[in-house]
Amino acid sequence: MTGTAGADPIIRFQNVTKRFGGVVLAVDQVSIDIAEGEFFALLGPSGCGKTTLLRMLAGFETPSEGTILIDGADMAGVSPNKRPVNMVFQFYAVFPHMSVAKNVGYGLRLEGIPSGEVETRVQEALDLVQLGEYGPRMPDQLSGGQRQRVALARALVKKPRVLLLDEPLSALDAKLREAMQLELVRLQKTVGITFVIVTHDQNEALSMADRIAVMQAGQVRQLAPPQELYEFPKSRFVADFIGKMNLFDGIVESGGVSVEGLGQLQVDAMAEHAAGSKIGVAVRPEKVTLSQSEPATDPTRFVVSGTVDAFSYHGNETSVFARTSSGVEISATVQNTSRQKDTGFQPGDTVYMHWDQADTLILGE
Amino acid sequence: MITRVLKWYRDNPAGPLDYGRKWPMMLTMAATFVFLYAPIIILIAFSFNDSRRNIVWRGFTMKYYEKAMKNDGLVEAFVNSLTIAFVTTIVSTILGAMVAILLWRFRFIGKSAYEGAAALPIVIPEICMGVAMLAFFARIGWPTDLVWPFNLGSIMIAHISFAFPFAAVVIRARLAGFNRELEEAARDLGANNWEVYRDVVIPYLRPGLIAGGLLAFTLSLDDFVITFFTSGPDTVTFPVKVYSMVRFSVTPEVNAASTVLILITVFLTAIAMWMQNRNESKND
Repeated sequence: MTGTAGADPIIRFQNVTKRFGGVVLAVDQVSIDIAEGEFFALLGPSGCGKTTLLRMLAGFETPSEGTILIDGADMAGVSPNKRPVNMVFQFYAVFPHMSVAKNVGYGLRLEGIPSGEVETRVQEALDLVQLGEYGPRMPDQLSGGQRQRVALARALVKKPRVLLLDEPLSALDAKLREAMQLELVRLQKTVGITFVIVTHDQNEALSMADRIAVMQAGQVRQLAPPQELYEFPKSRFVADFIGKMNLFDGIVESGGVSVEGLGQLQVDAMAEHAAGSKIGVAVRPEKVTLSQSEPATDPTRFVVSGTVDAFSYHGNETSVFARTSSGVEISATVQNTSRQKDTGFQPGDTVYMHWDQADTLILGE
Repeated sequence: MITRVLKWYRDNPAGPLDYGRKWPMMLTMAATFVFLYAPIIILIAFSFNDSRRNIVWRGFTMKYYEKAMKNDGLVEAFVNSLTIAFVTTIVSTILGAMVAILLWRFRFIGKSAYEGAAALPIVIPEICMGVAMLAFFARIGWPTDLVWPFNLGSIMIAHISFAFPFAAVVIRARLAGFNRELEEAARDLGANNWEVYRDVVIPYLRPGLIAGGLLAFTLSLDDFVITFFTSGPDTVTFPVKVYSMVRFSVTPEVNAASTVLILITVFLTAIAMWMQNRNESKND
């Protein structure tokens, strides 16, 4: 699967494959183009090859096959210290024996930049990550979030063409992670550098990235902007991995798709699937509306009745799990818009579940 | 009196972590101190003893320190020992660090065999090492008539060969805790191989290097067996000299010289520990 990104991509993976020890296939024929100034996310479960892909970009791993171009230049044989990219590591990798300012200025001093200029640029970088006063501190006097910022400043101060971030927020607690997500996006817009981030956290990818490549077993399953990825997943894997989903097995019929226990659903664009072929059918829980009485007949809406089975309370919303008479389980999300009332259902209540036929998703395997 | 002590103990029972108030603990500690330090304290005390035979306490004097200072043979042995220990420390630390990095960083054919071979001097009995060294230097015809300090070369080589594996073990233990991300971060920021070692690995290793060096220093300074086989009449070290003096009689002069040696060792250890602590408190 190829993701195109305009005329001159800053990063181009061409049929990149990586095998470890000649056997383990970590990355399998991946081709991705990343555009200049893009905030790009590699998303997938652990072991899907996303980190390997990033490390190949940084130069810590060499592709077994295929080429990687950064800014049009082939990176084969270029060592990590000679690449126009810088990396923020998962556990920050802040040098423990250097002060914050020394850490941030390290890359510049290696370049042989005069110390006066190093000082100015270090201060700029520290101001950028809101650690302006922290130059003389030692890393052990910083919190996890502050170390993260030092790592960020240390990479950004080199003015790389691309900034690579390897699960940068995974070691932070939930509140701080959310704040840093916002800050990273803001920072990326400020400096205008291309960011490539590796994450296993779908919320992180959805909220930050311009485009996301969802990976599984070394391959890119889908490459799309967040909204498209969430609303139009192309495979069962992507549908299931991103967000919550009601997944059913369906069989293609003329004029729709039939799901055992639910009946026939009207769906568009069935032309590409031959009648009789097995197919995945899905609907997001938040698209499902619940009502106690049978809704008015509307050909654009699919309706099925069942009994309320269980609840899962999340604070802002409640997941309601219901079962149709033929035993198919469907979940629906109800927003808790008022603290004066709950979902209005009790376990065992009869419930009508209905959704817009246009919200039904058809998934290939 | 006893009833009052008992009453105090009843009123102030030992807490669960109050190990200092539990008698098995205190007994163990007391025994440790007695066994470790009683001989040393007696040695130091009797260096001030105003008696030639040095068996019965006859009063305080400093004259044996003076005498030891004026004993040219003893002073020469002392200087020899310090010189050998100094060279051994430096070479063993460098060699040990190289072995440790080699074993930590690289995978190669015969690595485990090499690892075993490098650690062998730790387990080989010293007497065998000594005899082997003697035979080796005799066989290759090592010159014995060099000027000082080159006449100490054979002893230095012998000391380095048994001290560097210890240094390597200590340094490797420190390396095991090294976070490889730091190395990659340095590479990513533009450091070449050499700069990675200079700026990241070596500073991280510092406490290990100090500990390894200190170990090599003390091993070299007090080695008797191996030195005995490799030293000649012109290359007497402090332990060998003390041994030859004791063969006649244990005079307070020996005690005085030993006390000075203890002070030097304690002083150097204290400096090394201070350097190590300073580094660590900066690290963590």
